[in-house]
Amino acid sequence: MFIKQLSVFLENSPGRMISVIRSLEEEGIDIRALSLSDTSDFGILRLIVSKPEQACEALRAKGSTVRITEVLGIGIADQPGGLGKAVQLLSEQSVNIEYMYAFTSPYNNNAYVILRVEDNEAAAAVLQAGGVELLSPEDVYAMGKE
Amino acid sequence: MARYWQKERECASREWMKEWQGQQLRETVRRVYENVAPYRNRMEEAGIRPEDIRGIEDLHLLPFTCKQDLRDYYPYEMFAVPMEDVVRIHASSGTTGKQIVVGYTRNDLEIWSDTCARALVAAGADKTDFMHVSYGYGLFTGGLGLHGGAEKLGMTTIPVSTGNSKRQLTIMKDFGSTVICCTPSYALHLGESLKDMGIGKEELRLKAGIFGAEPWTEEMRKEIEAELGLKAYDIYGLTEIIGPGVAFECECQSGMHINEDHFIPEIIDPDTGEVLPLGSTGELVFTCITKEAFPLLRYRTRDIACLDATPCPCGRRLIKMKKPQGRSDDMLIIRGVNVFPSQIESVLLSLGYTAPYYQLVVDRINNTDQLEIQVELNEEHYTDTIKSLQQITRSIAEGIQSTLGISAKIRLVEPRSLPRAEGKAVHVIDKRKLI
Repeated sequence: MFIKQLSVFLENSPGRMISVIRSLEEEGIDIRALSLSDTSDFGILRLIVSKPEQACEALRAKGSTVRITEVLGIGIADQPGGLGKAVQLLSEQSVNIEYMYAFTSPYNNNAYVILRVEDNEAAAAVLQAGGVELLSPEDVYAMGKE
Repeated sequence: MARYWQKERECASREWMKEWQGQQLRETVRRVYENVAPYRNRMEEAGIRPEDIRGIEDLHLLPFTCKQDLRDYYPYEMFAVPMEDVVRIHASSGTTGKQIVVGYTRNDLEIWSDTCARALVAAGADKTDFMHVSYGYGLFTGGLGLHGGAEKLGMTTIPVSTGNSKRQLTIMKDFGSTVICCTPSYALHLGESLKDMGIGKEELRLKAGIFGAEPWTEEMRKEIEAELGLKAYDIYGLTEIIGPGVAFECECQSGMHINEDHFIPEIIDPDTGEVLPLGSTGELVFTCITKEAFPLLRYRTRDIACLDATPCPCGRRLIKMKKPQGRSDDMLIIRGVNVFPSQIESVLLSLGYTAPYYQLVVDRINNTDQLEIQVELNEEHYTDTIKSLQQITRSIAEGIQSTLGISAKIRLVEPRSLPRAEGKAVHVIDKRKLI
């Protein structure tokens, strides 16, 4: 029910990003969504990809520091108010969002949001009870194939 | 105006000096043999009796003392007098766990004040001057050392200590400071603050500054002189020997006169320990011949320098040493604090957040030393939030601060990205270009 996200530690210097992207490309791995968080010295590149386990192994083999983290994915109407509804539900139940990023896809014509919270189970329950569509990992990994 | 503080010593003939040094050395060796067990044991091991030391020509027979000895015999085992005769304790900065502790009798403090007063007089100071002491007071020898010299000389001494540049400059202006002592990098910082505060240097009455406790260059000297409108003098010292005042610059500014009636200098080959001929560059070694509480024999300073016995136009006959050109170990001096890479390594290892690889990058930015510690993230401690990584860097910075007393910027780098050395690892990149 949770999506496997890759978190790659990157030093903040030229050439680091491209080497990660090329490694994925060589493995024929498709990137669904990505987000880069940075400080002045280092960054964390977070990726949702078609084959997370394989991508993780490939990046580790190239010497990257990678971790798989389970995150939540939700599908929302791509219109004003769509995101607000989901965030409102979490807020009402005091679920803290550590970070989130969004992407759109031709798949169901929805917008999608990746959420990282402390307690995935609790957050998923809150969202489902409020009628928010949770993305299954299989859906996300396969999205690009349509 | 007096040009010397103790003319009979500072301008004494070489014959007198040799005779004095020999006599004091014999006396000191006899005293440490009787009172300092580590020295007695070491001399016995080497088969040397105090009477074997007849004069300075026999100095080379004595065993060396190094920093590790002072750690091994911490805190008081190297003291040569009963503690009831010790009136002051100082300690050196920045060592893991054990600091180096030194002691002074009342007479030692008088000697120390004299050595600092000599430096002040050589810089043109007299009792009509106002002495602004911006060295730190406390266990560090800088503040109280120069303070003692200034008071003994009869200067109006202002114990400002370090920090708060704005307050420093206000005091300097209002109290009419004419002589200042601090680290050279702090002097440059004060020069900048002066501009920021919109005070012209002509509003100050500074005429001389005595700067030491860290390496500095001729370029820095020119800059300090221009910014603060004074003449800048170098001073050399180390806690183990006495503190500031081991050697000082005169108006000729062509090397520092060593107070060799108190401290006999030698230059040795740092690898073999062999004494090198006069004029050679090597490791500076000092033997204390007048101190009572803490007289070290042949203490290896690890500073690389050379001695210059050519007569100085100032009239002093005290031998001169060139500004140290480096270290025979890997010690760094950062903002006046002595730092060994091994100390940083042990902090990193004890915290365990990082792999045992690190690199230190030292730079001087805006006239202040900056230490960056690059560490490889340990994969086990990698989580995917920025917050947790910043927590790691913060913990390391706090560990460094509390153990070494200096602030450092911690930079996490990717695993396996730091250079792996084949033999002895090169951990330090010093960009300060001080030598």
